[in-house]
Amino acid sequence: MDRASRRGLSPRLWLAGGWLLLALLAAIFAPLVAPQDPLAQDLMLERLPPFWLDGAEPGYWLGTDSLGRDLLSRLIFGGRIAFIVAFAAAIAACLVGSTLGLIAGYFGGWADRIISRIVDIWMAFPPVLFAILLVAVLGTGLSSVILAIAIIDWTRFCRVIRAEAMGQSRMDYVENARIAGYGRIGIMLREVLPNVVPSIVALLSLEMGIAVIVEAILSFVNLSISTDDPTWGSIIAEGRLSIHQAWWVLVFPLITLILTVLSFSQFGEALKTRFDPVLR
Amino acid sequence: MSACLDIANLSAVLPNGQRVLRSVSLSVQPGEVRALVGESGAGKTMIGKAVLGVLPSSVRIVEGDMRLEGEDLGRLQPKARRTLIGARTALIPQDPLTALNPSRRIGPQMTDRLVRILGWSGEKADTRIRQLLDEVQIRDPDRVLKSYPHELSGGMRQRVLIAAAFAAEPRLIVADEPTTALDVTVQKQILRLIAALQREHGTAILFVTHDLGVVAKISQKVSVLYAGKVVEEADTAALFAAPQHPYTRALMAATPRYTDPFASLKPVDEAVLAGLAAEIASADQAWRRPHG
Repeated sequence: MDRASRRGLSPRLWLAGGWLLLALLAAIFAPLVAPQDPLAQDLMLERLPPFWLDGAEPGYWLGTDSLGRDLLSRLIFGGRIAFIVAFAAAIAACLVGSTLGLIAGYFGGWADRIISRIVDIWMAFPPVLFAILLVAVLGTGLSSVILAIAIIDWTRFCRVIRAEAMGQSRMDYVENARIAGYGRIGIMLREVLPNVVPSIVALLSLEMGIAVIVEAILSFVNLSISTDDPTWGSIIAEGRLSIHQAWWVLVFPLITLILTVLSFSQFGEALKTRFDPVLR
Repeated sequence: MSACLDIANLSAVLPNGQRVLRSVSLSVQPGEVRALVGESGAGKTMIGKAVLGVLPSSVRIVEGDMRLEGEDLGRLQPKARRTLIGARTALIPQDPLTALNPSRRIGPQMTDRLVRILGWSGEKADTRIRQLLDEVQIRDPDRVLKSYPHELSGGMRQRVLIAAAFAAEPRLIVADEPTTALDVTVQKQILRLIAALQREHGTAILFVTHDLGVVAKISQKVSVLYAGKVVEEADTAALFAAPQHPYTRALMAATPRYTDPFASLKPVDEAVLAGLAAEIASADQAWRRPHG
């Protein structure tokens, strides 16, 4: 690897990070950057094609849906919910999963046995069904979607971090720290944790992408945010109905979703390389 | 004057009841180097770990005393024992590649222990570490202290670990095959460094090795170990001049000689091993009777 890519300046990081930054900024400043009101319906403007096709109207860059709502504006506002869910759910899952994984991997013995069994049982549930079940129980709404994703996906962190912490705990420097007289918790936090941080960061980014998908799936089946606020999943669900008349309503949210999820996973990989002193 | 380390009658078993240490007794006087020599699996490292309180959880000590400067380690509360071991001992590990935390810079890693465990000021710890790095002949301490472990060679890392071991002025250092993972040319330098620092600081060392050549160079006393049992112990000079136990003699005969590089390697004599096995079996039987 040359110096530039070792410093993390790889095109992968730039492309992924660039897309995420663009999408994030657009979502944060949605009221300022969205060309139209995402909820404004105008049946005179229904199913306008994107700007490069005949019949496009200026100001409706990606066309409109069957109710005449501007697609670009809806995608931008939908990004708000996608990012809130991505960050909140992934961080919650990460905190719970990494903590339990670290404890199971470092302490071993009973702690490990109990935590590992819980993870096994947890993973026996099909995740999407589990999510639908949880949202049905918790009720729809932003916070229950976030909670549902965190409840389902902490096992992903737990398994990986447990395995890594276990490997680290067998290293001589952990033994050396014990000889020197450090406490168990101190060793776990000071010696083991820094060595699993690269994996935590990569998983966190990956999990954000997964959270975006799960949220889209939930809103696709109408179980996410029950208000009229546009979400990527609900736009896709609507676009599916009019695919033969207005393909763009389905295609653009799909592209947005795929790019975002892909970017999260690529960004995570690149960050991992960056955080790891040996790979760096 | 009490011994720096005194192990009496130490036995340890695996969960299946097999003894891994068989009534081991040995002592290390202050400022003395005792070599612990034997084949792999003889329990040399196990003794070192027992002293330092880091035995694998599957190994259980069933009998015997370990005294560190007269303090009975078995009688101390776990916390007090940790503190005592942490303050008075140190380890020079076998593999310098895994003995340093890869995600932390050398400097903080070395000073941390002095500051957090022994309560030194940061400045004092830094001065001390630099002094030790100088003693292990690291000429560019600034660069080394700022480096991550993977940026240093194996020999450099072992120097750093030696410096770290001596930094807190421990009374006893357990050196667990400290040259085994190194290049042959580096081995010699490292051995010389350990010997020099040991003399300078007057630290007692329990030197675990399988290499009789190393034993001859560095130690004053030797314990020869086989299957977790001390089969012979003597002054190093006396042992090499006149080994008493047949196993010791066989072990010496099996050491390759540089004077005759084309001679084939000899394994330890079968008859001797058979004799040892019988000796150990009868010892185990005698030991089991009172221990149920």
